[in-house]
Amino acid sequence: MSPILFWFFAALMILFGVSVVINRNPVASALSLVVSFLCLAALFVGLDAYFVAVIQVLVYAGAVMVLFLFIIMLLDLKTEQRRKFNLLASAGGGLVTLGFVAELIIVLERFSLGATPFPALRAEKIDDVREVGMTLFTTHNLPFQVVGVLLLVSTVGVVILSKRELK
Amino acid sequence: MTLTLNDYLLVSGLLFATGFAGVLLRRNIITIFMCLELMLNAANLSLVAFSRFNVNAAGLPNYNAQVLVFFIITVAAAEVAVGLAIIVALFRARQTTHVEDISTLKF
Repeated sequence: MSPILFWFFAALMILFGVSVVINRNPVASALSLVVSFLCLAALFVGLDAYFVAVIQVLVYAGAVMVLFLFIIMLLDLKTEQRRKFNLLASAGGGLVTLGFVAELIIVLERFSLGATPFPALRAEKIDDVREVGMTLFTTHNLPFQVVGVLLLVSTVGVVILSKRELK
Repeated sequence: MTLTLNDYLLVSGLLFATGFAGVLLRRNIITIFMCLELMLNAANLSLVAFSRFNVNAAGLPNYNAQVLVFFIITVAAAEVAVGLAIIVALFRARQTTHVEDISTLKF
């Protein structure tokens, strides 16, 4: 991926990520999150992970965000009213985040292996979906089955939670 | 100038920090939930970057990491479904999505 494209999509992704946090209107937050996810999918394409990029767009930017927007509109949430500003909590949150970013920069500064460029892939065409599928169905077959059960359990759980009367 | 692994890790870390700040600073439960998704996606980005960085002898990236990303996306989708169902149940009981109004379990 050309560096210009990478920095463009990375900047856009973080910009819309910040917009998710600072928007007071939940619908605007959710739409910013969609754009952020699409930029992340573009970064995945740049890393030659085409299958993951397509899954990202279909599942996250598609299904999950539709669910979010559906719930926001179902609950009919208005723009949040400004409340009493809790200075101590906000200062603490900001401090912890700044500490995290500082630590990240220090660690990456010392991580010399990561400063080398990415090694080249083989020249012939790589069948990305086939390779992911082979790994998924051979090496990681049992976890794959377990995830299927997890989806079933969560479906049943959602149905029970959504019943009108919780007994 | 070529891209290095550190560039991807930096971007991933910054996205994680954004989501983290959102979870700590925001008081709307749905926004907090969206920030959790941001953090999961930041982890996915660094996993895919590591996958592309570890090219094996055949010239292929390490697909184990991409399978892990697939699992994370699946679990996140299940988590969103259950979490939003809980939020709807909570809203029915309390008519609010503001976390400061929901303090029954607070010490």
